[in-house]
Amino acid sequence: MSFWRAIALAALCAAAPALLAGEIPPEARRSGYSFMGPDTRAMQDDDTSNPGMLFVLDGEALWTKKAGSADKACADCHGDARSSMKGVAARYPAFDKSLGHPVTLDQRINLCRADHQQATPLPYESRDLLALSAFVAHQSRGFAITAGDDPQLKPFVAQGRDLFMRREGQLNLACTNCHDDNFDKRLAGAPITQAQPTGYPLYRLEWQTLGSLERRLRSCMTGVRAQAYDYGSPELVTLELYLMSRARGLPMETPAVRP
Amino acid sequence: MAAALINVPAKARRGDVIEIRTLTSHIMETGFRRTAAGDLVPRDIITSFTCRYNGTEIFRADFYPAIAANPYLSFFTVAKESGRFDFEWIGDNGYSSTASASITVE
Amino acid sequence: MRTTRRQFLSLAGTVTAAGTIPIVTLRPLEATPAMLNTAIRNVVGEAPIRTGKVKLDIPPLVENGNTVPMTVSVASPMTATDYVKSIHVFNEKNPQPNIGNFHLGPSSGRAQVSTRIRLADSQKVVAIARLSDDSFWQVAADVVVTLAACTEEVN
Repeated sequence: MSFWRAIALAALCAAAPALLAGEIPPEARRSGYSFMGPDTRAMQDDDTSNPGMLFVLDGEALWTKKAGSADKACADCHGDARSSMKGVAARYPAFDKSLGHPVTLDQRINLCRADHQQATPLPYESRDLLALSAFVAHQSRGFAITAGDDPQLKPFVAQGRDLFMRREGQLNLACTNCHDDNFDKRLAGAPITQAQPTGYPLYRLEWQTLGSLERRLRSCMTGVRAQAYDYGSPELVTLELYLMSRARGLPMETPAVRP
Repeated sequence: MAAALINVPAKARRGDVIEIRTLTSHIMETGFRRTAAGDLVPRDIITSFTCRYNGTEIFRADFYPAIAANPYLSFFTVAKESGRFDFEWIGDNGYSSTASASITVE
Repeated sequence: MRTTRRQFLSLAGTVTAAGTIPIVTLRPLEATPAMLNTAIRNVVGEAPIRTGKVKLDIPPLVENGNTVPMTVSVASPMTATDYVKSIHVFNEKNPQPNIGNFHLGPSSGRAQVSTRIRLADSQKVVAIARLSDDSFWQVAADVVVTLAACTEEVN
């Protein structure tokens, strides 16, 4: 290794948060996109062929639609999402001061509905919640993920990491066993990815619809024959937070397409 | 909400062969799936798609349950004159949805 | 009756996962080659079907059978007197043999259609084109469908 490369590497190590054992270093982090075949990539690459964009369009309409007894639309407070929501999703889940814990983008939308629109919460995985979430997250496409940088989130990131490392279910597997130790190998016919949540909510061919990261996590848990945590549970939120912080630096792709 | 993504070139030269792409929201429930309780989920699909160019039908498709959810289509036509493309999707349970796009032909 | 691998797997699944995971994605229905033949004859009638002119672009190894991109194109000058009237796509092992019919005309300019289809299993896909002289041309492709490693409960 050359002298200058050693310096550069040292500088990089000093600047980035210290890696814990078994973690994937920043330069080796890869989006699930890189594990896909050319046909699925083509579907994501072109907005006019990406079915996730149908949900973004729906979300755009919902953004300006008045809701709740306050008769307010998202746009009445936040204006044009193309500027006000730029980069926001790359920071989520984010710390909520009044609640004292992190909230996901879905939860933030429902908190806004409760507090500012006086509207009923949208159910998890409902078309409207996915559409709004996709529309907001789409404004961050291309932005590097920075979720978890807030120092107040530190204990919650650690909790999420514990869950990621903990074996569970009848197959007694932890997330890390597949996604840190065995990515690039295959499980049945499907490639094992690094589990970098860069494009949620995303269009999964398996689902034939858009779905949240929580839905994906729950399906992984069912896969290892574990009891899946409930939508919005602290476990899923901290796991999502850890996964996003683990993907630090990767660009957002919402709405991504995955097999 | 029935969103559709339509891709038609805004401008073309007379005689050009142009590509038209459509993507529309629909679950395309096959009628062959069962719920966890064992009940058959009834079929709910788009059965037909038509594209008209200034009122004349230029392309039509019949869909079966083997067409994937949120149906995608790409097809071609010759740009003959400026005007409008009208798209129509018809399906089970009285489903009907339309969209249109305009083109300038020079 | 001979026990197929699929049936065996479903039985094994029932035993090991009893009470925990509902078995959902097994597909007992299959279109048989006889049904495929009937579906084709419903379109073509008694006319002979020749091989050639038609091209079917479909991934030989599919990442998920729920959404398979597919393009059919036909070698045709697409003139007023020599053009493709329609394109018909069939499959062998879905519950139904028909996938889609696509009606074109001389003003189509190019005889090419793309869509996304569902394939319940590894199988043969057949595309047939009807030309303006009412001749029929076909092509077939074998597609391997990989199944997802982890499936989820029906919501």
